Amino acid sequence: MRKMLSRRTLITTGALGAGSLLSGCDALSRNQTFQNILGSAEDANFLVQRALGDRMELASEYSIKDLSPKFRANGTRDPGTPDYTASAAQGFADWQLRLTGLFKKPQNFSLAALLSMPQRTQITRHDCVEGWSAIGQWTGVPLKLLLDLAQLQDSAKFLVFHCADRLGGRPYYESIDLLDAFHPQTIMAHRLNGESVPIENGAPLRLRVERQLGYKHAKYVTGIEAVATLDNIGEGKGGYWEDVGNYEWYAGI
Amino acid sequence: MIKSQNNTAKRHKLTTRLWHWVNALCLLVLVMSGLTIFNAHPRLYWGEYGASDDYAWAAVGSSQTLGYVRLGETKIETTGFVGNWRDSNGQIQTWAFPGWATIPSYYSLAEGRRWHFFFAWIFSVGLAFFMIRSLFNRHVQKDLHISRAEWRPSSIWRDVRNHLRLRFHEVSSVNIYNILQKFSYVGVIFILLPLMIFTGLAMSPAMDANWPWLTDIFGGRQSARSIHFIGMSLLLLFFIVHMITLLLAGPFKQTWAMITGGKREDSDHA
Repeated sequence: MRKMLSRRTLITTGALGAGSLLSGCDALSRNQTFQNILGSAEDANFLVQRALGDRMELASEYSIKDLSPKFRANGTRDPGTPDYTASAAQGFADWQLRLTGLFKKPQNFSLAALLSMPQRTQITRHDCVEGWSAIGQWTGVPLKLLLDLAQLQDSAKFLVFHCADRLGGRPYYESIDLLDAFHPQTIMAHRLNGESVPIENGAPLRLRVERQLGYKHAKYVTGIEAVATLDNIGEGKGGYWEDVGNYEWYAGI
Repeated sequence: MIKSQNNTAKRHKLTTRLWHWVNALCLLVLVMSGLTIFNAHPRLYWGEYGASDDYAWAAVGSSQTLGYVRLGETKIETTGFVGNWRDSNGQIQTWAFPGWATIPSYYSLAEGRRWHFFFAWIFSVGLAFFMIRSLFNRHVQKDLHISRAEWRPSSIWRDVRNHLRLRFHEVSSVNIYNILQKFSYVGVIFILLPLMIFTGLAMSPAMDANWPWLTDIFGGRQSARSIHFIGMSLLLLFFIVHMITLLLAGPFKQTWAMITGGKREDSDHA
């Protein structure tokens, strides 16, 4: 037992020494100005990553043999609200996707209407901010086709995706800029691996925005709002995790 | 100001010294913030994909009573250190790496990422600058170039024997680095450090669209993540060996030389 004690003492001493060094880092980490300085690197990531490629460069696509055996679900597994549960019970026949805000011709699509439009199928890799990846085959309507019908006003700069799920009492939402909105792989997906999207993965409609991390891919999408600025949505940072967890709005890395 | 004539008598050039300390800080922050990011998903895979249901070649296991590291099929208990440890309030935490090893010391993936990417930029720009500068001021050609004579097994063997006898510097040598130092410095600066940058970039979904070949080179995003972690482990190993040799070679004199520049022994004829 002496050995245990001495090991513990050693670890504790080490921890205290490192701890005093670390408390400095923690204080800096909680300081808003310092956070902004660190955050400037994210602006650099955004500028450089956007500058490096063709602006419409496609994310890698894979073949059926590359699929993950199980496509992991994260975040909300089931919105569980009475409205959502009722809609799920009838196979989302009454689901509506509303395009509102800065559109010349705001639209309202039923799930059936979306299914009757031209579709895109893509096998892509979903990269979570936590570090894991899953490869899945997604089928959906290219967002561009919906935007062509609704016609953005000139002042529109971002699209906000409103969702049916709530996390910690707040509605989930996300936003992207117009470059990603018109990207050919940006689709409103309703099928995963040849089946209707499971509830845990965002049934009946989820955004795929393949050049960004998983939290940008809003699930259970009920509305797309075109806006000039993100300031008035949620806490103004452009998404649920951006507001709550301080994640970056641009999630390309 | 140091005149250029005196400068040639310095053991370490100003740019080398500046870069050394910037790099030391960057690597410390990058390793510690990297461990915060790792804590978000403490499992490593080979290939393109890998999530909780897929086989991980390395994983940290956590519970309220036990912490362990699993490598392949081998479990190593790490309770008190990894996977199950006490924070400064005495509370048991089940994040993989303990608070004293991470930045910030509490779990925040968003903050860990900010630290990581900010210092990754300084580190990458510094490394690029150092490499270009080292070629132009002939640091590489003069000090790190391995001559044909040095490549001879007998020469390498002599240096290994010298190291084992803790005799790090042959008095007669005109080189400032011996062959083993050259191997490790070239290996770290020109292979390992760039590897860390490229495996890091290979994990980015935007870079995957911009430069798909980058992820392919490493055999997929999850392989790149595994190699990034292994590279970090090798850097830690390098750091430990660096510290041991520093201690044996005279820590005060050597550290002082890396701050002030020191003197080249062969030009020290005052």
